[in-house]
Amino acid sequence: MSQNFTLRINGADQKVTAEADTPLLYVLRNDAGLKSPKYGCGAEQCGACNIIVDGEKAFSCTLTVSDAAGKDITTLEGIGSMEAPHPIQKAFLAEQAAQCGYCTSGIIISTKVLLDKNPNPDMDAIRIALQDNLCRCGAHSRVFRAVRRAAREMSQ
Amino acid sequence: MATASKKLPGSLSNNPDLDLWIGINTDGTLTVRSGKVEIGQGLKTAAAQVAAEELDVSLTRVRIKTADTAESADENVTSGSRSMEVSATALRFAAAECRAIMLDMAAERLKVDKDTLSVDDGTITSPATNQQLTYWELMGGKKFARKATAAFPPKPPKDHRIVGTRVDRLDLPAKVFGQPAYVHDLDLPGMAHGRIIRPRHQGAKLASVDTRAAESLPGVIKIVRDGGFLGVIAETEAAAITARAALHAAAHWDAGDPLPNEDQIYDWLVSEDTIENGCVDGNHTDQAPAENDPPKDAALTIESIYARPFLLHGAMGPACTVAQMDGAKLTVYTHSQGVFPLRRALKNVLKMEEADIRCIHMEGSGCYGHNSADDVALDAALLARALPGRPVRVQWTRDDEHCWEPFGTAMVVKVRASVDKGGKVADWCFDIWSNNHGNRPKPGPKESALLASRMMDGGLPAQSTGPAQGSEAGEHRNAWPGYEFGAINITKHFVKNHPFRTSSLRGLGAYANVFGIESMMDELAHASDQDAVAFRLAHLSDPRARAVIEATAEAIGWGQDVAEADGAKKGLGIAYARYKNTAAYCAVAVEVEVDEQSGLIRVTRAACAGDAGEAIAPDNIANQLEGGLMQSVSWTLKERVRFSPSEITSVDWETYPILTFREAPEVEAIVLNRPGEKFLGVGEASQSPTAAAIANAVFNVTGVRLRELPFTPERVKAMIQEARRT
Repeated sequence: MSQNFTLRINGADQKVTAEADTPLLYVLRNDAGLKSPKYGCGAEQCGACNIIVDGEKAFSCTLTVSDAAGKDITTLEGIGSMEAPHPIQKAFLAEQAAQCGYCTSGIIISTKVLLDKNPNPDMDAIRIALQDNLCRCGAHSRVFRAVRRAAREMSQ
Repeated sequence: MATASKKLPGSLSNNPDLDLWIGINTDGTLTVRSGKVEIGQGLKTAAAQVAAEELDVSLTRVRIKTADTAESADENVTSGSRSMEVSATALRFAAAECRAIMLDMAAERLKVDKDTLSVDDGTITSPATNQQLTYWELMGGKKFARKATAAFPPKPPKDHRIVGTRVDRLDLPAKVFGQPAYVHDLDLPGMAHGRIIRPRHQGAKLASVDTRAAESLPGVIKIVRDGGFLGVIAETEAAAITARAALHAAAHWDAGDPLPNEDQIYDWLVSEDTIENGCVDGNHTDQAPAENDPPKDAALTIESIYARPFLLHGAMGPACTVAQMDGAKLTVYTHSQGVFPLRRALKNVLKMEEADIRCIHMEGSGCYGHNSADDVALDAALLARALPGRPVRVQWTRDDEHCWEPFGTAMVVKVRASVDKGGKVADWCFDIWSNNHGNRPKPGPKESALLASRMMDGGLPAQSTGPAQGSEAGEHRNAWPGYEFGAINITKHFVKNHPFRTSSLRGLGAYANVFGIESMMDELAHASDQDAVAFRLAHLSDPRARAVIEATAEAIGWGQDVAEADGAKKGLGIAYARYKNTAAYCAVAVEVEVDEQSGLIRVTRAACAGDAGEAIAPDNIANQLEGGLMQSVSWTLKERVRFSPSEITSVDWETYPILTFREAPEVEAIVLNRPGEKFLGVGEASQSPTAAAIANAVFNVTGVRLRELPFTPERVKAMIQEARRT
């Protein structure tokens, strides 16, 4: 049975109607019109659907809409925009740290959560923070450079 | 004076209309079209660079459009690392010609000599009269309506301002800021959502299904069954997924033929019925060469067998299409690599008129060859046909993708090589066993490459497969060693029985062939007590080949002691190939660390150098080199399709693990730019040398030679234990 939920997404309240166990991913993409989280595996194995919920990284492919209601949800769209880019987004562009870019949203989300908690991560910390994000094009080395650049620029 | 008609450069030869390539818009922008598609390789940006360069406009004025059967040149499939060679070359000549045409028009309008005119960002200036005219004023929204002649030579490299410089990818901002960028993100008014129901054995057939439970689920619009094809359409994506699960539970399948024993897949390959072909001087021949004996005066002869498993393309984003049927017209938004061949294939299966189908390319997740992109287009078309007037979005699930995309085929390569007393390779015998590498939709109305066709009532049967007939095609790719050897004998054994659907995976046969060639080069160098770099250089006179090897060796620190970290042993390995023997030159070197207790290999550092001829976008070439290397580290260390006799068992990223950020090395890529030289495809260049570079590095550390891919810890541990026992 469909129910009404109020979701706090990127700082604004949004009302949606969905079955309680609907994965948040589909509500974000198809009801809220936020296309940054991607379907990749539906099983928390690839990170393409990553978002931030109450400051922690979450997998929107398994998190249900009812569990997400009332929490603070941030997607890539909420981190920065072309007009007002976040330093992490600037760093990913400066390093051209993507190929097809399907995994990029989730990787930037993981980077944001990392740098919010640890502004000066070493390589081990970066690798661990990104271990749940898969990239098939092999942009890993560029992503490392982008994360280090973002950390550098954010600490200045 | 009679002149022989000369073939136009690149894809202009088949698509000479200038309007297919360049359009001047009244708002001061330029539409630049390529019949190729963006697959994360940077095609859009490179095409825009080439056109902006020749037209003397800034990149910001360029609106790039890629393949669309209603608008673009028919450049067939975006594959084989050929986009720069054929599409960028065509654009370069088309743009130079459009500029010349507009200068002629301006000279006439201003009544001045054409040669006195200059162009800056689309504004033509006559210094003599101090008059100015823009391209868009001149054209006034009109088309060129001319066929290309290629009579106007492009700029010499010394005048380049945009080509050869670092230009940020045009497609990346949308992806970094979360804007819709993929066909997956397309949201059309009234759009419904579809999913497909398939078993986990490619030979299994739908016997029966009671659809009532699924039909009664909330949001379900329709169950679509056509013979063995089963799909569901729902109002929401979540409802479609729920209904798919219900249909899976309700479906009964007739088991397909038992699959071969996965643990003996390489023995299986070499024991099956085959079709034999040969290769002479690098060219395909129908005749396999006669068997010969090694030269009697050889200083040493080594025979080794190398093998690769079935591999997944493994797109991060499972295949997706949005299709809409309006009356007799079908529109298909697709991430296919070839919208024109896809349109023909859809026409044949759906029994429609080609003119009634429009296939529009939109970006998808990286594909790395021929994956499920075409298949999902037919799936979506079948569902859209069942729901006329509404767009239907179909996305495959992760297990659909893992079980049903066409795999890259397993291969076995046997090499017997002899070194003479002077330390040179005098005799080289190379045998290849392989399934099919190329199953893209082909013309012809009797068979279909598209998956659903073979399942439908009255559908066209699966496209038949046979040995690749072209030089450098399929299993032949990079079979010819790029070295100056004495006698070379190559036999290709095409294995007729196909346990899985297979098709082009990045590099095709090159991955296994170069693994064999470059591992054997290392074996020969070691056995004849020669340095692996010097041994390769001794068999290469092409200075460009030598240059990539030398640059790579220098970058990794070849010949220097490798620091030991925490007591773990480290070593270096190197390998080289010129992709297809005609495209980019590439050498790869890696540093590995081997834990002999667990058998775990870590690639701790990697370097590669590539020569792609004239570099349009050097940073993007580096990106391709780095990415291909990294993907190949993943293939080499971790990947294989898993299966039991009854079904495919690698169905997700846990059962088919790939390289993670914890395991990824840092890669240094060096681009050797050759201004003025032909563009050489680079998208697949670093893939193949990487496997042998890793094997050679492991040998360097442990003295153990790995010849069977993937180099999983269990396999490596067993190999090391066996070596230490004897």
